[in-house]
Amino acid sequence: MAFYEKLMTMDRRVVYITMALAVAIPLFVPFQVPIHTTSEVKSVYDFIESLKPGDRLLIAIDYDPNAMAELHPMALTICRQCFAKGIKLFFVTLSQNGPGMAEQLVSRLSKEFNKKNGVDYIYLGYKPYPGLVILSMGQNFRISFPMDYYGTPVDSMPIMQGIRNYDDMKAVIAFEAGWVADSWIGDANGRYKLPVALGLTGVMTADYYPYIQSKQIIGLMGGLKGAAEYETLAKAKDRIASRGMKVQTITHIVVILFIIVGNIGFFMSRRKKL
Amino acid sequence: MRREVPIVICFLAGLSFILEYFIPHQSVRPFFENFRQWAIIVMTFAYVLGISNIVRVNYHVIHRKGRDWFYKIILIVGLFFMIIMGVFFGGIGEGTVFFWMYNNAYSPLQSTMFALLAFFIASAAFRAFRVRTFQASLLAITALIVMLGRVPVGENVWKSFPDLVEWIMNVPQLAGKRAIMIGAALGAISTALKVLVGLERTYLGGE
Repeated sequence: MAFYEKLMTMDRRVVYITMALAVAIPLFVPFQVPIHTTSEVKSVYDFIESLKPGDRLLIAIDYDPNAMAELHPMALTICRQCFAKGIKLFFVTLSQNGPGMAEQLVSRLSKEFNKKNGVDYIYLGYKPYPGLVILSMGQNFRISFPMDYYGTPVDSMPIMQGIRNYDDMKAVIAFEAGWVADSWIGDANGRYKLPVALGLTGVMTADYYPYIQSKQIIGLMGGLKGAAEYETLAKAKDRIASRGMKVQTITHIVVILFIIVGNIGFFMSRRKKL
Repeated sequence: MRREVPIVICFLAGLSFILEYFIPHQSVRPFFENFRQWAIIVMTFAYVLGISNIVRVNYHVIHRKGRDWFYKIILIVGLFFMIIMGVFFGGIGEGTVFFWMYNNAYSPLQSTMFALLAFFIASAAFRAFRVRTFQASLLAITALIVMLGRVPVGENVWKSFPDLVEWIMNVPQLAGKRAIMIGAALGAISTALKVLVGLERTYLGGE
């Protein structure tokens, strides 16, 4: 078999082993990659920085463990920024496997910042059928969530006193790994004018750029890169996403090299045929 | 009657959601709110149907000792184990068996499955991004630029690389995406209207 044919028909096991090494080696080699911040991430950061102590934010944890690597770091950084500023957080999850993700986040941060459930934050829990739940929360949070995640009636909690619907929230910061993002934009923002900021998985990011230009969203954080940018802006101590960017950088380079190698083989085979 | 009744119910339900959007008056809100609650309650029964369907389908495979029957047993046991732990053994919050299983079994398994995607993407990119035609060349070159620009190394290659990527994302990508979205939205509106007036009846089955 000619060299160019070997390049073109490389065994997929070679690709897999190279990728495995590209993922594993950067984890053990100490180096840093510079993080360039983009306007769409900075606008989310600036918005949260502009809030005052006592302001209220709705935090939607709409992702499953499969998107945890990308979305958990940005959710952690934003919630830390909010708790440090004294912003009251209203957690909700509209993804089937999201309750565990939100529970991890809430229990970790409440201990870290010594925040009290029902006073500084509330975890409303999960309800199925996101579109309908988002619409009903626009009327009154109590329609879908008469009790919080732990079964306590929300009306017995100090944080819910005087709270009715989206009019009492400054915005929703929605961390999304699926189509629920469309409902936050179309229903919560389109219908009830609730400002929306999105944290998205990398593969979803391109789909939501039109909403930035139309000003339907405040901004967006896309994938691990968006999370790393936010950590840089917030000067986060626990920089999980920034560490992950080392791996992402190397794997992107490896994929690019594979594409180039494949095309070199393709061109050489074409020249031979001519 | 078997066809007419569902079509009338569908028409009234769809019409109520349209009216709700265009009549945001306080006096009609409770009616529409009740309607939405009904919708949630009705749809929640899908979970019951889903569970019974999973049990039925997998039970038959296990009974016949069909393909992968052993995995079906694990599926059914896992399903009921989690339900029983969540309902009868301390709930689903922190410190419960349910939460421990979620954190230590479900979460790593799902993350692992998703992480495997990186290997398939690398293999697929190697095979698919061949510059056979002009359009394929455009796609491959744009993909390379965006991939480089999405990691910090792009900035080291050329200082304006991130700006170029932002331009690609905000101008050509956005224009194409918006065109697709508008087209899809118009298609969805026309399909919804066809369903509402009873011209599209495939959801009833049989046609």
